[in-house]
Amino acid sequence: MVNWNLILNIAKTHLLTKVKQTSIAALGVTFGIGAYITLVCFMTGLNTMLDDLILNQTPQIHIYNEIKPSNQQPISLYEELNNSIKVVHSIKPKITQKKIHNVLPIIDYLSNNSNVEAVLPQIKTQIFYIAGSIEIGGNLTGFEPIKEVEHFNLNNYIIEGSATALNNIDNSIIIGAGIAEKMSLKIGDRVQVSPLEGGFFPLKIVGIYQSGIADVDAIQSFTNIKTIQRILGKPKNYITDLNLKLYDINIAPQLSKEIENQFNLRAIDIQTANAQFETGTTVRNLITYAVSITLLIVAGFGIYNILNMLIYEKMNDIAILKATGFSGRDVQLIFMSQAMIIGFVGGILGLLIGFGLANFIGTLPFNTEALPTIETYPINLNPLFFLIGFSFAMISTFIAGYLPSKRAEKIDPVKIIRGQ
Amino acid sequence: MMEPILEARHINKYFRKPVLFHVLKDINFKINKGEFTSIMGKSGCGKSTLLYILSTMDTDYDGELLLNNQLITGAERNELSYIRNKYVGFVFQFHYLLPEFSVLENVILPAKKLGEKSIEEIISDGHDKLKILNIEHLATKRASQISGGEKQRVAIARALINNPSIIMGDEPTGNLDSHNADNVFNIFRQLSDEQNLSLLIVTHDEDFAKQTDRIITMGDGRIIS
Ligand SMILES: Nc1ncnc2c1ncn2[C@@H]1O[C@H](COP(=O)(O)OP(=O)(O)OP(=O)(O)O)[C@@H](O)[C@H]1O
Ligand SMILES: [Mg+2]
Repeated sequence: MVNWNLILNIAKTHLLTKVKQTSIAALGVTFGIGAYITLVCFMTGLNTMLDDLILNQTPQIHIYNEIKPSNQQPISLYEELNNSIKVVHSIKPKITQKKIHNVLPIIDYLSNNSNVEAVLPQIKTQIFYIAGSIEIGGNLTGFEPIKEVEHFNLNNYIIEGSATALNNIDNSIIIGAGIAEKMSLKIGDRVQVSPLEGGFFPLKIVGIYQSGIADVDAIQSFTNIKTIQRILGKPKNYITDLNLKLYDINIAPQLSKEIENQFNLRAIDIQTANAQFETGTTVRNLITYAVSITLLIVAGFGIYNILNMLIYEKMNDIAILKATGFSGRDVQLIFMSQAMIIGFVGGILGLLIGFGLANFIGTLPFNTEALPTIETYPINLNPLFFLIGFSFAMISTFIAGYLPSKRAEKIDPVKIIRGQ
Repeated sequence: MMEPILEARHINKYFRKPVLFHVLKDINFKINKGEFTSIMGKSGCGKSTLLYILSTMDTDYDGELLLNNQLITGAERNELSYIRNKYVGFVFQFHYLLPEFSVLENVILPAKKLGEKSIEEIISDGHDKLKILNIEHLATKRASQISGGEKQRVAIARALINNPSIIMGDEPTGNLDSHNADNVFNIFRQLSDEQNLSLLIVTHDEDFAKQTDRIITMGDGRIIS
């Protein structure tokens, strides 16, 4: 039977009469946990931002109709030659349409898949931008602006105007920042576009787009699906690309294979398209955790030292307690409670300080071409980090307190009393 | 009718370091209820060593030790802690109080550990013991802020708090001036006479020893008389 009231009371008295050492030990934990929270919120914030750079611009699965030579050449259908070696020289792809056949049922089908968050149809085509006598080649993509904003954070890349205006204003366009600069165009101006098939279409500029990649910004423009279908003179079911957003990015490779097999289309998952993406994220996370754990271990050693010192100073008390009938376990619990109290107070303070610092970093200005709408450093205040930080404070103080308190348990009162 | 409280049977103890040393040699004696016994002997003859064994703090010995007719040799450490808490009061030469705690806290700590009474009863007991020792006015003072003689009396009050079967003291007056030493002796005498408490006190003070009921004299690890 353990009398916790008594043990905690003794622990409390010890701590309160050694305010200085107690505070130093607690501050060690505070420093470790505070630094961990700050670091992890900041680093994962940056990580998420860097990941988003890729995730926002790369669909998790991109489905399209690839122009490539067919795997099965007609000769293999000829049964009489089944057992012979067939050599076909200089295979060329058949000229087919870029459009995805039967796209509307496919969209319906994919939308109903429980792994799929959204299906975003797109039409991609090459055009010329014409303003006065200047003519520049480029890409025009038609999409559903509201969905793109919702699922691919399109707004982060619109530096002027808005994506929704594409829906509200007929024959409107969002042009890349590079084109706008080259052709000195601004919002409200008109730009003529001309598809390869010929014809001129005046479009009103409702937004400027900047991805941060100069090569893209110099050619890329966006409009809504209806407008591009009209420019190309295509019917409503003309769609060249489908972009999928999934709930769980990890199933993308498997799902893309299923889609390829089922619809005989090309489906590229993000992992294949951006092999370096995962590696980068993993390495950055690894660094974050390595640094954090180092900090916490240093804090743990601090507690270990202070507690060892405390026990050294309290030798007499330990001897008295044991001589008057406290068991070794009682004494151990007294010192363990001290460690845990230090860990608890220091840990909570560390969480608060980490929270404050992380928020402060979140207000510091941060300008990057790549993410034009981000103005301050990104931070990630995930509650999980606070849970981990607190658990680590408690666990590390437990370990740091365990060895010294075990020593206190073993102290032989006779030796101490004789020592006087 | 003599009722033995404490009995030592063939107690032998060796120190193995730095060299093998036979410090206690076949110690046999009984302390009866209400008896006020003193132990005398030359310095280094093993008095403290014996007392540590009798108080159950030292378990590294041969022979048998009985408290209230119960064999306690070989009992588990936790059990010994309990026995020490409930049945044995110990007063050291150096007053050994917990310096951060108040006088009253120091006195009642063993009772809180024992946990047999409510906290109100324990506090009232604490005041009673302080009253017996004439230091009730010090109850709220920090233990580190009182005089040596006062500290020794606080230590005695602490030894009394659980109404133990026996009080042991290792030169409890050794560090006190003659006035305070007399004072402590009188308190022991009174406890023995009025409350029939058994006492076993190691002392170098002949006058002190002469006034006790019985003197055990030790020499070279043996009981001489
Ligand atoms: N831990 C130890 N290791 C080895 N020898 C020891 C140890 N403790 C005490 N001794 C020796 O044991 C003998 C008895 O010591 P003890 O402290 O019991 O003597 P004492 O009778 O109490 O003496 P004093 O009257 O001076 O207090 C001494 O000779 C001492 O040197
Ligand atoms: Mg001695």
